[in-house]
Amino acid sequence: MKYLQEYRNYEATKAIIDELHKITTKKWSIMEICGGQTHSLVKNGILDLLPENIRMIHGPGCPVCVTPLNLIDKAIELLEQGVIVCSFGDMIRVPGSKKSLLEAKANGGDLRILYSPLEAVSIAKENPTKEVVFFAVGFETTAPANALSVLHAQKEGLTNYSILVSHVLVPPAMEAILDDKFSSIDAFLAAGHVCAIMGYQEYHPISKKYKVPIIITGFEPLDLVQGIYFAVKQLEDKKHEVENQYTRAVKEEGNKTARAVIEQVFEIGNREWRGIGEIPNSGYVLRENFSDFDAEKKFNISHIKVPENELCIAGLVLKGIKKPMECSQFGKNCNPSNPLGAPMVSSEGACAAYYHFSII
Amino acid sequence: MSQNINSETINLGHGSGGELTRKLIDELIFKTFDNPYLNEKHDGSIVQLEGKIAMSTDSFVISPIFFKGGNIGELAVNGTVNDVAMCGAIPKFLSLAFIIEEGLKLTDFKNIITSIKLAADKSDVQIITGDTKVVERGKGDQIFINTTGIGSVHPNASISSKNIKIGDKIIINNNIAQHGMAIMSQREGLQFESDIVSDTTNLNHLTKKMLDAFGNKIHFFRDPTRGGLGSVLHEIANDCHLGIEISETHIPLEKQVAAACEILGLDPLYVANEGVFIAIVDAKIEQEIIQLMQEDENGKNAVKIGEVVSEHPNKVVLHSIIGGKRIVSPLVGEQLPRIC
Repeated sequence: MKYLQEYRNYEATKAIIDELHKITTKKWSIMEICGGQTHSLVKNGILDLLPENIRMIHGPGCPVCVTPLNLIDKAIELLEQGVIVCSFGDMIRVPGSKKSLLEAKANGGDLRILYSPLEAVSIAKENPTKEVVFFAVGFETTAPANALSVLHAQKEGLTNYSILVSHVLVPPAMEAILDDKFSSIDAFLAAGHVCAIMGYQEYHPISKKYKVPIIITGFEPLDLVQGIYFAVKQLEDKKHEVENQYTRAVKEEGNKTARAVIEQVFEIGNREWRGIGEIPNSGYVLRENFSDFDAEKKFNISHIKVPENELCIAGLVLKGIKKPMECSQFGKNCNPSNPLGAPMVSSEGACAAYYHFSII
Repeated sequence: MSQNINSETINLGHGSGGELTRKLIDELIFKTFDNPYLNEKHDGSIVQLEGKIAMSTDSFVISPIFFKGGNIGELAVNGTVNDVAMCGAIPKFLSLAFIIEEGLKLTDFKNIITSIKLAADKSDVQIITGDTKVVERGKGDQIFINTTGIGSVHPNASISSKNIKIGDKIIINNNIAQHGMAIMSQREGLQFESDIVSDTTNLNHLTKKMLDAFGNKIHFFRDPTRGGLGSVLHEIANDCHLGIEISETHIPLEKQVAAACEILGLDPLYVANEGVFIAIVDAKIEQEIIQLMQEDENGKNAVKIGEVVSEHPNKVVLHSIIGGKRIVSPLVGEQLPRIC
């Protein structure tokens, strides 16, 4: 594998950080959108190396964290109805209203942890007498593979495969955050892998409307410090443009093939975000002609609605209004063994990242 | 009707205590492990050991039972041998108990037995008592093995977390995360092509050499198996109420293993090892002990990865490659692969 060492180079990282210290004259708040970026910032100890004037705010880009409680309860209900539920790994420990998928598995549910939704299609093929549901969670990054699984199932003539969709989109979330009167974001590091699929044309209007620099940024230490440097440089120069730091993976138009697959299977619809609430046109829903593959329509689960835990301030954390440590439950009633909310579960969640890697 | 052990699979009869059990034990187990203790064919064995005795037990439930670089049998020997060795002892005797799910192929069982014999010989330990049970299909997962090991504590050894002092150096013998990633690469649904092989091996000869040469200057041994290096260091910091600092740059990690961890979204610090141990030693012997370790095949990559400090008691701080710092916290549950 290439590019493991190159972007973790001490000298190169230090040179940019030194430069960053030189150009920073004012206080700036920069939000990294993606949970993967949060994880890398904390894991590599980058936050301590930044100038005091730079405050990183951890954004909502952790797919596990923004998946509403309702959806988790629905997946658990499916498991208990005897459906084979397939899921990405970090979803399984997220607490639903009563239990997590992992606990439902221990009670006898047939839960499979997969790396690719296409494996779920194979499972459906191998188990023709059973229903198989893939828990299709994620941002634009996972949407192509999830859409492709539906196309594969359709091509194979499978009638026992469906997906429980919880797909959310980055740009509407950025606008919702910028519109919140309590948030104070000066610049964004956009999620590199989302942009690898979608490109970054849709970020220009946001940058213009809200006068914020948006830097398409990767995930390695060098990517992140360079992304922060580009953001601060623009802010100090009073500019607000979309700039691509992650050129080795991201093209302006994104991945056209992947976008076409998404377009074929999904359309834009309203989505509920855990801790934030419903954001109009902020996610994907299956197109009408694929409704046979929609687990919410196929199974009787639409009645499941549950309130969030009142003690958890995940919404404020996801919008960057509060830091995890500012939560009264952080590290006390809420920790990775007993998470009150999703950001404490996923390694990409801001709360878990702070819990694991920061000095408490 | 005569039944011989060449019938294709293990069935409930093999664990019934009757004729089939006797045949299996006589023709396979006693024959393979042939030694005066076992040949007594008594309910247990009587042995002689000098001085303080160390004892350790472990159960092995790994899936798949055959993996690149080994199988559940040699793992069951090495795992317990190493645990006894980490007490500063010279492992001598092992018990060996099987819980077999009916339907296990007899050839597989034979291969496991052969591996156990080879691993025991290599470690210089003898199997002196054992047990075989067979459970119905669906009540186990092919084969589970429990081994218990005993040995005499090395006369010069004084291994205890109480002996760990500020300024002590932390030395590791080999690359981390090999075993866990070898297993992951073969798990159902996760197959990816790699040449990563498990690092399972016996460490007792190396630890003995180290104790022979440095005695009580070695303050602590520990093998980070499940939970990986990160979890074990965290436990040690908590046990001795001191701080630990480690350097990410110095933690030995093979390129291919690092890449596999990246692909699967796992942190190598929390991936299991089977042939890795850390020694926490007096600062004065740092260079000499590393040199001695490097002369052994199981210590070729020996290197200092960190030290014990007075700051941040009970916590492990990692200095990242790029010059940052972070806390190494214990693993909670299993490491879960990330979504994207």
